[in-house]
Amino acid sequence: MSLIIELVLLSLGTILVNNFVLVQFMGICPFLGVSRKVSTAFGMSMAVTFVMTVASGVTYLLQTYVLNVFHIEYMQTVAFILVIAVLVQFVEMVLEKMMPALYNALGIYLPLITTNCAVLGVAILNITNGYDFIHSVTYGFSGGLSFTLAILLFAGVRERLETADIPEALKGFPIALITAGLIAMAFLGFQGLKF
Amino acid sequence: MSILMPVLVLSIMGILFGILLGVAAKVFRVEKDERIEKIAELLPGANCGGCGYAGCAGFAEAVVRGEAKPNGCPGTKDENIQKIAEIMGVTVKSGPKMVARVLCKGTCDNVSQKCTYDGISDCVASNRYGGGDKACEYSCCGLGSCVSVCRFGAIKIENGVAVIDEEKCTACGMCVKTCPRKVIIILPKDKKTYVACKSKEKGAAMKDICKAGCIGCKLCEKACEYDAISVKDNLAEIDYAKCTDCGACAEKCPKKVINY
Repeated sequence: MSLIIELVLLSLGTILVNNFVLVQFMGICPFLGVSRKVSTAFGMSMAVTFVMTVASGVTYLLQTYVLNVFHIEYMQTVAFILVIAVLVQFVEMVLEKMMPALYNALGIYLPLITTNCAVLGVAILNITNGYDFIHSVTYGFSGGLSFTLAILLFAGVRERLETADIPEALKGFPIALITAGLIAMAFLGFQGLKF
Repeated sequence: MSILMPVLVLSIMGILFGILLGVAAKVFRVEKDERIEKIAELLPGANCGGCGYAGCAGFAEAVVRGEAKPNGCPGTKDENIQKIAEIMGVTVKSGPKMVARVLCKGTCDNVSQKCTYDGISDCVASNRYGGGDKACEYSCCGLGSCVSVCRFGAIKIENGVAVIDEEKCTACGMCVKTCPRKVIIILPKDKKTYVACKSKEKGAAMKDICKAGCIGCKLCEKACEYDAISVKDNLAEIDYAKCTDCGACAEKCPKKVINY
């Protein structure tokens, strides 16, 4: 029972207090790139969540049963990037077969998950924080959810910005960046939460 | 040993993942309509975007989906269009062949210079800086923005004016979109007659600026038996619905602005 409570608290902490995008500033590229429409943002975040969850589990196993055993922990970054790249490639193939609509909607952004630093960030943080397998997978999953929350909030605001009366100089990316900054500041409010 | 270990482990990992992906590629192979590939082969493959789709593959897919017509690509040869139509099981009539034409004869000898242009060698850029060195603001800048966008190598700059190779031109319209002064337009290929000038300058002023510019003298209007050419805003304009390509206007033109 205490494990479940611990995992729930870990998830809540990751999603709200230590939000990957808005507090730890990881995964900014897709955060800005795919947040024009809520529907594509949702598809992207689902793909990221899936990859992050699986990547956490696989990289944990890789670290424990390969890198630690052969004492080559220093190859962590290289090995993790390899695993993540393979995973993304795999997800791409599965999506093309099973969900062509989602595959087309994600387009170029799906291969870009390879370079989404939030995915590599989760994998490395799992090891630095000394999590075990269950905690790693939970951390990865909630990391994905924190990305989802951030990008959906942002996409919602950006959809409204499309029709808003914005000064000429701020149209497009400038106002998007200002919005992102404001949302990030709002998320600072969660820092006071204590579990 | 300490160097060998990471090399070995990572190589083995790489090989394993390679095999995994290879198997996955077989298992999750998506059966694509083979007509898409066949049609894509018949297209020019220049990805010019003249059809409105993202490249030739995008157009091929649209044809198979039934969205685009087999003759929707302006760059495809007639025989290939027929083959595409055959693949799709439909018949198409090929429309009149079009070609891009440069409406300017303002070569370095003909048009006078207003300044020396030292800026970026690009028409779009020069137009933001008061328009290059030619005195005529309707002229071809001759800096070759159209040359760089043409995927078919059909345009070259000769003596300061763009010249189009009609054999190579596919009328895709990329140069038309790029030209900042809209000097290039798409015209029917079988009509040889066209007014090679865009200037709306008054006749007297035009005489000073360019030796080969339309001065709006209306001699062509009088020469035409079919009422197909008329002068509007000091510039002769041909109505191709009426033009019979007889060449009478070109003969009368004192400035030899009308091509025939």
